[in-house]
Amino acid sequence: MTAPAIEDLLRELTPQVLGTLVRRYGRFEGCEDAVQEAVLAATVQWPAEGVPEHPRGWLVTVASRRLIDQLRSDRARRERESATAAEVVPEDVPDTDDTLLLLFLCCHPTLTAASQTALTLRAVGGLTTVEIARAFLVPEATMAARISRAKQRIKAAGSSFAPPVGAEREERLRVVLHVLYLIFNEGYTASSGSELHRADLAREAIRLTRTVHAQLPDDSEVTGLLALMLLTHSRRAARTTAAGDLVPLDEQDRTTWDRALIDEGTALTKESLAAPALGPYPLQAAIAATHADAATAEETDWQQVHALYLILERIAPNPMVTLNRAIALAETDGPRAGLDLLSTLDGDQRIDAHHRLLSVRAHLREKAGDSAGAHEDYRRAARSTASLAEQRYLESRARRVRP
Amino acid sequence: MKFLIGLHINPAVIDALTDDEKAAIGEGHSRFIEALKESGELIITQALVDPSQAAVVRVRNGQPVVTDGPFLESKEYLGGFYLLDCENKERAIELARQIPDTAIEGLGVEVRQVMFSDGQLEA
Repeated sequence: MTAPAIEDLLRELTPQVLGTLVRRYGRFEGCEDAVQEAVLAATVQWPAEGVPEHPRGWLVTVASRRLIDQLRSDRARRERESATAAEVVPEDVPDTDDTLLLLFLCCHPTLTAASQTALTLRAVGGLTTVEIARAFLVPEATMAARISRAKQRIKAAGSSFAPPVGAEREERLRVVLHVLYLIFNEGYTASSGSELHRADLAREAIRLTRTVHAQLPDDSEVTGLLALMLLTHSRRAARTTAAGDLVPLDEQDRTTWDRALIDEGTALTKESLAAPALGPYPLQAAIAATHADAATAEETDWQQVHALYLILERIAPNPMVTLNRAIALAETDGPRAGLDLLSTLDGDQRIDAHHRLLSVRAHLREKAGDSAGAHEDYRRAARSTASLAEQRYLESRARRVRP
Repeated sequence: MKFLIGLHINPAVIDALTDDEKAAIGEGHSRFIEALKESGELIITQALVDPSQAAVVRVRNGQPVVTDGPFLESKEYLGGFYLLDCENKERAIELARQIPDTAIEGLGVEVRQVMFSDGQLEA
């Protein structure tokens, strides 16, 4: 096996091994250190001596020994009875995947979203602290502190390491999916600095979501989220110019959309929509699939997009959804209808001065022939955004409609 | 999200404080820095020398024109800053409230989100 192949294998096995250890011994922090050491040992030994017949069992055994050594040195003055603990470790590891258990733990509700994403990338994604720090453009020390704080919080919460059941499990799974969605978005909306590293986050989110999907193939929300990510990711190359400027959906070169991702995403979307209860992710995937289905922007089935947003608005009311519905409505019923719908958001604290509301209103005013209003809104939107690429785009629009 | 908290100081206000009050500000900042480091939200903090030590540089017709003193004559000057990475603007404001300067009449801090970031990756 080549070194990169070994690296892939290790990244796949790391969360499984960590999950197994956590389930068995319960000490997240200690287990994580031990697994890191075992992985390091494998990185050194496997390329030279060959991959063992049962690589996962090998890692579990080595990590368990490290953990026990660590516990033993922690209680150095204790009697030698713990020596027998090393013998307890079964060499044959049952073939269950504990990745999901680990995700539940990393997305513990006592943690902030920033900590959940960091811990997930570290413990489940197998990224190093340095890699995560680079992806989020913060110094390594900042990220190291955040991760260590997150681990302490989990410990302090006295979290049960048993997988959550029933309604709590559903709730925790929603948090896991949201965290994966955040990681994806962080990579997808990369706007400054080291774009390459951030694009890797989108790929990493897809990889992790695939793992969850493999565990829970019948959960339509998981399937929908994976579909949404694949369909969104399929437009990556078309989304920015070589200079890093944003290209809006209707101006993208659709021949550069990734067909394989679209086909897979569309199939998963159909599957997720067949579920008895319709959740937000399958609906968003369906909207993305409708766009993917149009060979040109003009061929977009806006009636369908509008209908899907309408359902989404009912099951998960949110001003951002209303905003997107206004875009679709403007396509089917004209820009005035879209603007009327937008005006229902006036005074909504959650979105009132949001650059997205301003930029959509600018766009609809431009279509309605109100150049002065559009110009003003584009300029206000440009001032409100925290994304440099978006600001450049909005300023170029403002110049274009200057009255 | 990254935020810069600018500490806008007024030397006249600072001078009018008692030694105990000044010491309390220093201790407040130390505690704040420790808490930020521990929570993994601090990127960096720096304090600047007195504005009288500043130099303003302009290039006119290709020739540098350097003048001593601050860019703007004002009662308040940028005395230092905190660069943070935290959850959202609400959290940044919650953190800013813990800075001792904010409780002193005549002083305040400014919270602004960072839009572009580079240069720290190889650090």
